[in-house]
Amino acid sequence: MFKYLFAKNEEIPPGTAAVYFGFSSIIWFVIGTGLGSFNAAKLAFPDFVTGYEYFSFGHMRQVHVMAVIFGWISMAFAMAMMYITPALGNTRLWSEKLGVWNCFLWNGGLSLALTLLWMGMTSGREYSDFPWFIDLVILFGVILPLGINVWMTIMKRRTQGIYTTNWFFGSAVFMVWIVLLVGNLPEYFQLTGLTEAYLTWWFAHNVLGLWITPVAAAIAYYTVPKVTGNPLYSHRIGHLHFWSVVVFYSTPAAHHLMSSPLPEWLKSFASVEGVLILVPAIAFVSNLLLTMTGKWRYFVDNVEIKFTITGVLMAIPLNMQGGFQQTRAINWYIHGTGWIVAHAHLALRGFSTFLEAAAVYYGLQTIMRRKLYSLTLANFHFWFLLIGFTIYWVSMTIAGLIQGAAKIYEVPYIDTVIAEHPYMIARWVGGTMVFTGNLVWLYNMWMTARAGTMIPAGRLPHELAYER
Amino acid sequence: MAFREYKIGARLFGVALGLSMMITLYMPSLNIVEVGSTEMGLRKGLQYGRIGGFSVEDPFMKGEGKPLTVILKQDPQTGEQIEPIYAYVYKSGIPFTSAIRHPRIMGKGVEDLSLETGRIGEASQDAGAVFVVSEGRWNGKKIHYIENATATRNWTPDVVMGSVTDADVRYIGAGKIMFVKEGCWWCHTLLPEETQDWQVFGAPPRLGDFNSESPTALGSDRKAPDLLHVGSRNSSREWMMMHFFNPRLVQPHSIMPRFDYLWGQVDADGNAIDYDKWRAEYNEYTAGTRVYPPDVPMPAANSQARYLIDFVLNLK
Repeated sequence: MFKYLFAKNEEIPPGTAAVYFGFSSIIWFVIGTGLGSFNAAKLAFPDFVTGYEYFSFGHMRQVHVMAVIFGWISMAFAMAMMYITPALGNTRLWSEKLGVWNCFLWNGGLSLALTLLWMGMTSGREYSDFPWFIDLVILFGVILPLGINVWMTIMKRRTQGIYTTNWFFGSAVFMVWIVLLVGNLPEYFQLTGLTEAYLTWWFAHNVLGLWITPVAAAIAYYTVPKVTGNPLYSHRIGHLHFWSVVVFYSTPAAHHLMSSPLPEWLKSFASVEGVLILVPAIAFVSNLLLTMTGKWRYFVDNVEIKFTITGVLMAIPLNMQGGFQQTRAINWYIHGTGWIVAHAHLALRGFSTFLEAAAVYYGLQTIMRRKLYSLTLANFHFWFLLIGFTIYWVSMTIAGLIQGAAKIYEVPYIDTVIAEHPYMIARWVGGTMVFTGNLVWLYNMWMTARAGTMIPAGRLPHELAYER
Repeated sequence: MAFREYKIGARLFGVALGLSMMITLYMPSLNIVEVGSTEMGLRKGLQYGRIGGFSVEDPFMKGEGKPLTVILKQDPQTGEQIEPIYAYVYKSGIPFTSAIRHPRIMGKGVEDLSLETGRIGEASQDAGAVFVVSEGRWNGKKIHYIENATATRNWTPDVVMGSVTDADVRYIGAGKIMFVKEGCWWCHTLLPEETQDWQVFGAPPRLGDFNSESPTALGSDRKAPDLLHVGSRNSSREWMMMHFFNPRLVQPHSIMPRFDYLWGQVDADGNAIDYDKWRAEYNEYTAGTRVYPPDVPMPAANSQARYLIDFVLNLK
């Protein structure tokens, strides 16, 4: 990687940045899920590794979250942007060198950020835990270079129109930059009180709604037509999806604080807007499933479509939960319980991760022109992710319903802890399966780069999947 | 520009995002800025100091650069007996809380009284100052305001600290740093909900309870009891001490981590703490070969454990 940092832009092979981002994202996924598994073990068995400040739950919990969001998910996004954006514009990435530098700064910055966070240097704000100087590094060293590359590639495209995926890529990088800037105002200017509490959740909501959800969806808009060969079912429904994300997903931030003393009008407004999240969700899911028409065998045969469609299908329960759990009638029961933890994992580990994993699988094979080393291992990865996640989600949902009942019936808290214990063990088992699957994935992709069969020019990886 | 075909779309995008931010950021801020601080809000701000998370004065989150909370039972200047009050001592150079630096955030009324009657505008960070919370009337209503006792009563930080012993000092500001750094708020919320929660965990916070506090650390994922009023439910320093050292000493089913490392190297008497010996004896106790668990060492006066216990006991 280092040899390209100071090479001339023309001398860097196209796709280099995407490959670096792809492998970085897989490594961060292994780290992030490993930490998750370790944390889950501590919730099930509190005396597992005890007495060390840096291995206590309170120091490691946020490192797990930030590693998967900024390491795995966001780097997989960057990987997708580095190869899909130019592909859809029938051009090359605007600056491969900027992409390589972006990857270098991102890995270095994130390693530093997570180390400091692990030590306890935190702003004490969920999802915006990093101290303000790290936020500035993310703004100007990570997101801005990525945005410049994406925007310039779209502008220098050699096609007339801009495809759906690229609307989302271009606008999401812009929106997440604004969200990072505004959401961290309490840290730059030391805003206090309700302003700080509200902006914390304004950030947390919008980083999901304007970055993770739309970019993951945009990836699926590319993968499904590309692999199946079907054109996207409807450009118009894509428009509906895009505009309803901008309008409805950017407004319900206050529904994360339904039981706090925020202005009542704001909570009611947020709640109504929150239900309207179903509009982009239904547009997205229906558009993608209808694109599959006549090609459903790929859901069984093809590993990228298997991942993608699983993620798309998970958007259905995800948005049904998301749309309704934030209304007052339901929120009072499940707020602050394991239900929400299950929902958050459904969004990130379920819906979003499956879509990005498909993009990383497909992109690395395409750019490196190497067929996947082992389809069996890829299927093993898929099933370990799916079964591990399902165990996690079911156990945490049940634990959340127990907590909710205990909350409203005023059960002594320790009885809730005792009742949750079996589900905490199940959560650890599920999380460990995900971690194991990712280790296998890393090995598989490494071996693909080292020993994968060459893909001849003009052929696509999925066409050769079953050829020797 | 190659975006030419997308002129309408790009403008609509700007309008939509701008409108969304106006509704979700600008409009709520109009409401929030009008909120008058309650007594709890004033006390929280004064006792936590400038900031409860990462800050330049305390980059490694050790609890430095924070004010001290002192319980005064006699006037430090005259020595005469008074109703016990909390005084918030900012020694020379300790950064003031937001309410002192930007009185506007306390809300109308509280701001006026604090500036006019409380004379907080005269407080100097370089010289240090002592603040108390006093009761006054504004527009016929009874409200609380901040009084700069260094100006109004001539209580300088040195005089106040010279008149009390360590038993009357609470390291609440440093304790909040421990609460944030150790991630207590990942499991313990500070937000009793507006449902039946308040019967066990106490009243939900009111609008003005937060002015001048940052981070609020309300918490989102409750895996343990709410702590907003924990000091009212359990005021035992000994219980807290045992619970932090090893929660299973007082609650066998607890899943809370042990925070014994906050005790540091030595106990209150300056003797080295032998953690290996303690753990070995505790293991004998859990195995049933020992009748009583080993004694929990008293935390040293300047240990992080003491800061955290001071903070938690003060959540009333």
